[in-house]
Amino acid sequence: MLLNSRYAWGRIVITLGLALALRIAPLPGDWAFLNPDWVLLSLIYWSLAVPERVGIFHAWSFGLLADVLIGRLLGQYALAYSLVIYLCLKLHKRLRLYPLIQQALFIFFCLLLSQLLLFFIKNAQHPAQLHATFWLPVLTGTLAWPLVYTTLRFVRLAKRVR
Amino acid sequence: MLTSIALLSLDQKTRHLESLRTALSLLADPVKYLVDMPITLFRQTADSIHSHTDLKKENEHLREDHLMQQTRLLKLDALEKENIRLRALLENSFKLGEQVMIAELLSIKMAPYEHIVSVNKGTRFGVHPQQAVMDENGVVGQVIRSFPMSADVMLITDPNHAIPVQVNRNGLLTIAVGSGQINRLVLPFLPNDADIKPGDLLITSGLGGVFPQGYPVAVVDKFTSESDKPFATVTATPKAFLDRSRELMIVWSNSTPIPLDSKQATEQKEVLEDAIE
Repeated sequence: MLLNSRYAWGRIVITLGLALALRIAPLPGDWAFLNPDWVLLSLIYWSLAVPERVGIFHAWSFGLLADVLIGRLLGQYALAYSLVIYLCLKLHKRLRLYPLIQQALFIFFCLLLSQLLLFFIKNAQHPAQLHATFWLPVLTGTLAWPLVYTTLRFVRLAKRVR
Repeated sequence: MLTSIALLSLDQKTRHLESLRTALSLLADPVKYLVDMPITLFRQTADSIHSHTDLKKENEHLREDHLMQQTRLLKLDALEKENIRLRALLENSFKLGEQVMIAELLSIKMAPYEHIVSVNKGTRFGVHPQQAVMDENGVVGQVIRSFPMSADVMLITDPNHAIPVQVNRNGLLTIAVGSGQINRLVLPFLPNDADIKPGDLLITSGLGGVFPQGYPVAVVDKFTSESDKPFATVTATPKAFLDRSRELMIVWSNSTPIPLDSKQATEQKEVLEDAIE
């Protein structure tokens, strides 16, 4: 039982690591503006699927890692991720029963909340003009949700992560 | 949540969190290398299937280049000596040359709306923030963060970056600010009657102390005087291939001037004064 749980945790970490890698993958040209926040998407999935394993603390630590990786002010992704994951944990029972489309709608608001927080922090740091493309990952993230959902669901069922 | 807000403000105001960032980078850096790996592998394979004749041709070409550079260097040596001598006469200090280290770009994209890149050399090689970075054509940017295994370089075209420059033709000093476009710099602080025209070469002025003096930065490509505004609109194109070069040079500039042999300087000065009389 203990062994199984440790393995399961390993799988979750591996998927989150891959999400981090995707986050900084070099996409050609303007596609870079479309790269959604894969880390948050996978964190949301795991918090909905196995809320007893992936909690706010994990969201916070991966957020901190994302901060270092992307070279941001320490703690801004940590803050955004932990808030979103808190919401997901509160609502996970209801959300699990929703069809994929409705889930995607909820994900849209989650991503928007996270991006808004990042926007506020960025503005407080030094007011800079941000292009409208700053908000595009919210949209592409919503569109990517079915993909993330099915992929991670496959991982979870195949590897019996519980 | 409170922790993250505390972290945010701490990181904004102070530099105490550098060690935490460095420690976490040990976890984050492998991810960078992981993303970079397939691209590097691809390039290496592409390199290894060059034909023999191609290589031979390239070799010949490089040898010719090398010869030409060597002859030019011979002259440069003499010029440098002369420069030092002349400066000694003026009782001026001469700045020591710079040392460079070649670092390779990691193929990752951190944020699309910022021009920040990662290179594969970090504090283990002595790289530290506020070092100038060049390629073979001109100034690329400066190091803003260094981790044990990588360093982040802000390009001169980043909207948050400004570099003190000088017009090579007449020594006019100004500041070039990044525009957010990879092929454009803006010179926002030039009056309408400034002596600058398209085609002028901008070099680093050495003010500010980050960039060593005299490296090419950009070429002015447009000058529009705005009669209803105090400043003219001037844009320039960076000399460095910001979006194409993979090898960058990190510069260690020795900012302490060589203490000149004062006896020798006074002797030479006397000789000069005698000659004038």
